[in-house]
Amino acid sequence: MIRFTDVTKEYLRTGIALTDVNLHVGKGEFVFLTGPSGSGKSTILKLIYMEELPTAGEVRVSGLSTTALRRGDVAKLRRKLGIVFQDFRLLEDRTIEANVAFALEVTGAPRANIPTRVSRLLTQVGLASKATAYPRELSGGEQQRVAIARALVNEPYVLIADEPTGNLDDRATRGIFQLLREINASGTAVVMATHNLELIRRSDYRTIEINRGAIVFDSGESKSAVPEEVV
Amino acid sequence: MRSFSEAMHAFRRAPLLSVLGIVTIAFSLFAVGLFGLVAVNIKDTLASVEDRVEIRAFIAEGTPAEATGAAIGDIGSFPEVARVGYVSQEDALNRARSELGEFRDVFDAGFLPASIEVRLKPGFRSPERVKAVAARIATYQFIDDVRYGQEWVEKLARIRNIAGIAGIALGLAFATVAVIIIGTTIRMAVLARSREISIMRLVGATDGFIRRPFLIEGFVKGILGGGAALLLTWLASVLIDRYIVKANFFSMELAVAGVLAGAVIGLLGSGVSVGRHLRRV
Repeated sequence: MIRFTDVTKEYLRTGIALTDVNLHVGKGEFVFLTGPSGSGKSTILKLIYMEELPTAGEVRVSGLSTTALRRGDVAKLRRKLGIVFQDFRLLEDRTIEANVAFALEVTGAPRANIPTRVSRLLTQVGLASKATAYPRELSGGEQQRVAIARALVNEPYVLIADEPTGNLDDRATRGIFQLLREINASGTAVVMATHNLELIRRSDYRTIEINRGAIVFDSGESKSAVPEEVV
Repeated sequence: MRSFSEAMHAFRRAPLLSVLGIVTIAFSLFAVGLFGLVAVNIKDTLASVEDRVEIRAFIAEGTPAEATGAAIGDIGSFPEVARVGYVSQEDALNRARSELGEFRDVFDAGFLPASIEVRLKPGFRSPERVKAVAARIATYQFIDDVRYGQEWVEKLARIRNIAGIAGIALGLAFATVAVIIIGTTIRMAVLARSREISIMRLVGATDGFIRRPFLIEGFVKGILGGGAALLLTWLASVLIDRYIVKANFFSMELAVAGVLAGAVIGLLGSGVSVGRHLRRV
């Protein structure tokens, strides 16, 4: 579902970020990306959601290859992905439900279906009672739940999470991680970049360690992965 | 429909920035409008002065009326001529008496010569054309002298040329400044929403989907700013007309074109700003 073939990424200003990365993430897998700051974790994630394109090599996600991108392909790809960030990236001037609905509206989903789907998602992340609140009225953990609800609203194949617990305390971190596990258990693959070794140790998910733009350790595909041919 | 409600949402969410944008557009276009007002009035004044360009051919004494009549018919058929008339000696004296006080005591109708008065059509009032027509009239045997105020016609043509060139240059300069100011204002509005744009892209919005509300917003701001500028310019023209000098306002077509220009600048400014932003994020 996600395949990196000999991927090198070089930024104009900061130089080489990734060198010859080969990587495969199967349907329904849970993968931790770990490594020091600046090691290339975020670059890998950006390549997955095609915010960046490789300087050399190929990234293939859900059938879409970086070597044959057409106008509008990236927007379509992102509707099949869910993306979550450390800083939540919510629209501050819209309510929680409007933030989640927004992700549906941009895809042109029928208006009549939006409230039901939003409400279902907010219930899933445990925020049904705060649908009309604004992001600033919520705790960090709650805001991240909203971001996750928004990421899930289009029923993505993969949830990409870039340090989703980086700004949260232990309790909120555990809550968010538990939510991600549940999401993964329901069949959505999760690729999560994190510094939090405690989370990695507590689970038996596949872990890929990046250092200086190269994969230095890969624990192998998780047992929970669904066979690839389903994709 | 969704794009429209998004655009309105942007107005509601940042009313101060929106109003500031509209006011900036309004004053930028107001400056252009004031200049336009001056240009229109100079043009109207020059046109009315030009309207008075005339050729006067003085007829020798004793010329038979048939000869004069034939010449008038002949001159009237010149393509440059708008109208031609005969001024008898008596008419000339009466006119002089009414226009110039010192002729009041002159009783002899033969004192002033009879003449043919020729007015030219618009577009045929350049010094060269006037001179050419005057020369053709002078070829009639019974014409003593032809006058058309050569110096005055030449000066008028010079003023018109200078006013035309200055008008175009200043107009372009004003319009350029207005476009730059309006573009910057719209760019600020786009930058203020760069976070929103990046989030829209993350959740899979197409460029067209992101662009549409901005285009509507720019168009509406342009219309409102253009309308306000038109109102300000109209007020200025009323005040100038009442207290300073008689002033004309724009024709309806020009006024509508001005407001539409505001809308187009708003639309293009937004399109360009969002386009540049989309390429960057």
